[in-house]
Amino acid sequence: MPEFERIAVFGGVYSNYLALASAIEDARGRGVDSMFCLGDLGAFGPHPDRVFPLLQDAGVLCIQGNYDDSIANELADCQCGYTDPRDNHFAQISYTYTLAHTSPVNRKWLKQLPKERRIQLGRQQVLMCHGSPRRTNEFLWESTTSTAFLESLAETYHTDVVLATHTGIKWQRDLSGIRKFVNVGVLGRPENDGCTNVWYALLEAKPQLRVEFVPVQYDCQRLTNEMRSEKLPEEFVETILTGWWTTCLEVLPQKERRRGKY
Amino acid sequence: MHLRNQYAVTVRHHILSQYLTHAQRVMVQVPLLATDAPVAPLSQLDQLWFQVGGTRCNLTCKHCFIACSPHNHSFTFLSLAEIERWLIDSVRFGVKEYYFTGGEPFLNPDMPAILGRTLQFGAATVLTNGTVLKDEWLDRLRLAENASIYSLEFRVSIDGFTAEQNDPIRGDGVFDRAVAGVGKLVEHGFLPIITVAQMDESDDAQTLYEGFVKVFQSAGYARPRIKILPALRLGAEVDRCRGYREDECVTKEMLANFDMNQLLCTHSRIVTDRGVHVCPILIESPDSFLGDSLGKAQIGFPLRHHACYTCWQFGSICSNPSASLRDA
Repeated sequence: MPEFERIAVFGGVYSNYLALASAIEDARGRGVDSMFCLGDLGAFGPHPDRVFPLLQDAGVLCIQGNYDDSIANELADCQCGYTDPRDNHFAQISYTYTLAHTSPVNRKWLKQLPKERRIQLGRQQVLMCHGSPRRTNEFLWESTTSTAFLESLAETYHTDVVLATHTGIKWQRDLSGIRKFVNVGVLGRPENDGCTNVWYALLEAKPQLRVEFVPVQYDCQRLTNEMRSEKLPEEFVETILTGWWTTCLEVLPQKERRRGKY
Repeated sequence: MHLRNQYAVTVRHHILSQYLTHAQRVMVQVPLLATDAPVAPLSQLDQLWFQVGGTRCNLTCKHCFIACSPHNHSFTFLSLAEIERWLIDSVRFGVKEYYFTGGEPFLNPDMPAILGRTLQFGAATVLTNGTVLKDEWLDRLRLAENASIYSLEFRVSIDGFTAEQNDPIRGDGVFDRAVAGVGKLVEHGFLPIITVAQMDESDDAQTLYEGFVKVFQSAGYARPRIKILPALRLGAEVDRCRGYREDECVTKEMLANFDMNQLLCTHSRIVTDRGVHVCPILIESPDSFLGDSLGKAQIGFPLRHHACYTCWQFGSICSNPSASLRDA
């Protein structure tokens, strides 16, 4: 199992190549051993192909999210697991655009990505997944995921630390002993808090595991200009410019929904 | 006698002997059972439900799948002490979240305390008709939720976005009382999920959704959350509309390439005053009883009931949208 002391972990990129470039630069400046991305490289933003050279040139080790699986295999939808018709309407717009603008070469690259990665970080074994270790598109929200459930994941999957993304909102919880769960957040869109920055997680092994959520600023005006040029929905543009989610809201539990504007 | 019919008669006999006071109702709803039904394994106990209000309800809705009413005592309330024992035991199974149903849960005098205690273990969702909520309970529950890392979700059942649509099903004056209950929840900072049973198969879900959004936005609930459900053809619904047809059942062929996580019974169990049953819909059927402990209930369940067909069709309709395990 590969061993590291200090790593940067990115969540869903959602085609936000400008935020990804800023995050890579920031992580390099912090002297990380390695960078990881937990999947969902496309969606939401413009020009999905621009994400791939950034990840590959920087040597970011990726895993496959549900979106990547769909794009790689040209499935009918993104497998995000929404139940609300409005959520599915916007998800489909995003998916159709992303599928049409992801090159065959990049689709092939997505297809070969692993579903999970395991590393050693200091004395902790770390399992990286997209939604949860048992299901790529499972939402693990802070306010609906019990500590008992997280303990059972660590036990079942023989790991000390679980890293995930998928929900779009960062959080972490200490479990028994050295166990920990961390949702690393996402680079693709702000986290429904009225701020335009996005987030990634910095994990340091010594002297004991330390998790720092790092805010990332980027040129969101340029991103939204490109989104408008690509005729992506104005609802998506509003999210990037205001920091408030306008779509995909019905899957939010009450506490997370209450913090948002819509 | 054909094996399938023989089994159905045997089950009917069990039901009649156990639930004699509700014999008439049960006779109508006993489903046709297949002995060779496919078995749904329990993958993990993610959701633990409690029949905390028993079968007592202040309303007598014409579509209630267990025909709850003020006089239906076939299942009784669960007390705080009982719930606490189940919560403590649930930890070893890694239960992710908890749901409370009835009857009307808020007829149970322990309900505010039960929810407060549950929020120390995980997220709690309570299914209510919204007509008996008291400000003092909601004050207390909002404080309990603020003090917890977990969400307390209210799901309020309303079956039409006008009194003319809702009240013939749920009772005279119930629409106004339920809307007032939603208003009370919103005043206390909750964002209730309005749960709508689709009363007519021809009802357009989008029209229903938009109708409810409009009504609640004009009543001051700026961002209403709406969950539309199919009706379950059991209990009182059999008289109101129809029961299941014989061909509405789950077969082995239907499960080929089917994501079993869509079925509630693959990740959930419900506790009643008798012990642990397979799911909230089937508690009145004797074969739904799996044992007197969570450990004994870690077994697969044959999908022999017609109601399993609805779960197969629509997928875990009882769960919250945030707990979705859908493929897409």
